[in-house]
Amino acid sequence: MQGNQAMAEGAFYAGARFYAGYPITPSSEVADIASRQLPKLGGIYMQMEDEIASIAAVIGASLAGKKSFTATSGPGFSLMQENLGVAIMGEVPCVVIDVQRSGPSTGLATKPAQSDFMQIRWGRHGDQTIIALSPASVRECFTLAVQAFNLAEKFRTPVVLAADEIVGHMRENFVVPGPGELPVIDRLKPTVPPDQYLPFNFDGDGAAPLATFGSEYAFHITTSMHGVNGFSSTDPANATRRIAHLHRKIEANRDEIVLTKSFDVDDCETLIVAAGAVTRTARAAAQRARQAGVKAGVLQLVTIWPFPDKEIAAAARKAKHIVVAEMNYAGQLAGEVMKVIGNSAKLSRVNTFNGEVMFPQAVLQAVLGAGGVAAAAR
Amino acid sequence: MAVSTGLKYLKKNALPHQWCPGCGDGIALRSLLRAFEELQYEPNQVVVVTGIGCWGKADNYLLTSALHVTHGRALAYATGVKAANPDLHVVVLMGDGDGATIGGNHLIHSARRNIDLTAVIINNFNYGMTGGQQSAMTPAGRITSTTSYGNPERAFDLCALAAAAGANYVARETIYNGLALKNRIREALVKKGFSLVEVISPCATLYGPNNKMNAPVEMLRWLKEKGVPAAKYEKLTDLEAEGYFLTGKLVDKNVPDFSARYREIQLRLQNGSAGKTK
Repeated sequence: MQGNQAMAEGAFYAGARFYAGYPITPSSEVADIASRQLPKLGGIYMQMEDEIASIAAVIGASLAGKKSFTATSGPGFSLMQENLGVAIMGEVPCVVIDVQRSGPSTGLATKPAQSDFMQIRWGRHGDQTIIALSPASVRECFTLAVQAFNLAEKFRTPVVLAADEIVGHMRENFVVPGPGELPVIDRLKPTVPPDQYLPFNFDGDGAAPLATFGSEYAFHITTSMHGVNGFSSTDPANATRRIAHLHRKIEANRDEIVLTKSFDVDDCETLIVAAGAVTRTARAAAQRARQAGVKAGVLQLVTIWPFPDKEIAAAARKAKHIVVAEMNYAGQLAGEVMKVIGNSAKLSRVNTFNGEVMFPQAVLQAVLGAGGVAAAAR
Repeated sequence: MAVSTGLKYLKKNALPHQWCPGCGDGIALRSLLRAFEELQYEPNQVVVVTGIGCWGKADNYLLTSALHVTHGRALAYATGVKAANPDLHVVVLMGDGDGATIGGNHLIHSARRNIDLTAVIINNFNYGMTGGQQSAMTPAGRITSTTSYGNPERAFDLCALAAAAGANYVARETIYNGLALKNRIREALVKKGFSLVEVISPCATLYGPNNKMNAPVEMLRWLKEKGVPAAKYEKLTDLEAEGYFLTGKLVDKNVPDFSARYREIQLRLQNGSAGKTK
């Protein structure tokens, strides 16, 4: 199965029954599959006029009770940003698959990159946060799609599945989990009488139950600042609670949200931090480094946002050298790793941004160079 | 039968409303809510989707379900709501900035898709909320805060646009004739497929004073004079017609809507004849 197909199938497994999107390479297979499968499952596929409309329709459909998703790549993701803010502010569960490609702008449109991590985190205006996961294999495309929906439903928030072109177009064998094998979480629905229902709760660490348009509950969702009743409010004290809660529900549950995978990190003196397809490059490089006598290990950031700071600190405990490998120039992950490790270890960056797969040799060079400058690896 | 009031849908503790004296939004809202009442809609079966602008604030006063979204995108949100649950009554409230300018693309595609939404676009010829700037509905030559020397651009004929894009129902009324407006909205709500009601409305704070109509009553007289039915409108020459508003029901078709066509596909697939067409 192909990675893009696995993400679509994972979404269906999680119960997704609505897709609205706009075709864009290298994510288009997700749309193709959704258009063929969803009507058979009693669901809906809609091809919208642009990505702005796509994410808008996804949010609308989610409020009408369908687990909803879309797929795009960097340029389309940029167009979705404003309305993703609506999903955050209105606490509407949905999943956006971003199969990252080279940029800026049209760039090398069919080639891979990992340059959307920061636009996923910070690309919207306003004081907000988001969850993002990144698969490194076709199997993970499936399982993380399920996990993305579970987190979206549980925390009433958009979740981004930050894949890359390599994983999206990779073909691998895996055993598709049977029904019930992976947990599937559905949003909490209200049980109170309709006249007592409040669509928001700014206290505590969780999200309020979410009613469905057309159910016995009539309720308001607004992209503007609002009170717990969903009606607009300009009260400063209310605004403080509203914004703090949007952050707190992610921060307080970060241990449940943050996933990493470790490969030979227990004794590692050199820790390679990677995500997505580059994880595979990093693992190959670590194996070769061990053959050369350097104790190298790999930490895969499965969750990108919230950033796995504690997990990196733990894996780096014995390491003297941290190598961060990623397919972008600026070191979008490396900057975050730097915040975690400070001066406690040496940090090297391996960055490729030429539209090609990152080769193990580039990472190995940085590992063996024990301080190889980023430019050398480039 | 008692005269409808629409009050059961109104959030009375949110009043007084925020609209300026002389604004048409209150009359339009009353017309909408009266239509709801006459059609015996339950508040939880109605989803009112609003964008950004003066009219986009209407959801603040409603006890129906509501979704208040980004500028220009209300139709796209409403499309998702309706497609996911075709049993809902989904009404989209937009101004001329929201619905005809920044959101113009969604308007033509909603009409083309013939999704069963009722769009009520209030056209007051300018951006009221941001201080009276030019919109895609500002007529040529008119004064706004960004066309101080006269608008060099033309306005859309919004109804003709929606009709050409495939809407099943298109109508235009002015705020001067509230009863007709209520009846048009009611017809639009009942109609399957995409419906547009364009409401010509006075902005007595900005557009009026900027264009030599200094009092709300002058604007109502203007609407009374210029809003004319087809029989009268057709007798005008092209030059005379400039500045008049053709009112009434302009399009009334019964082309199958998006959800009906999609349902047909779902049923065909369930019957195991995938890929075949009629």
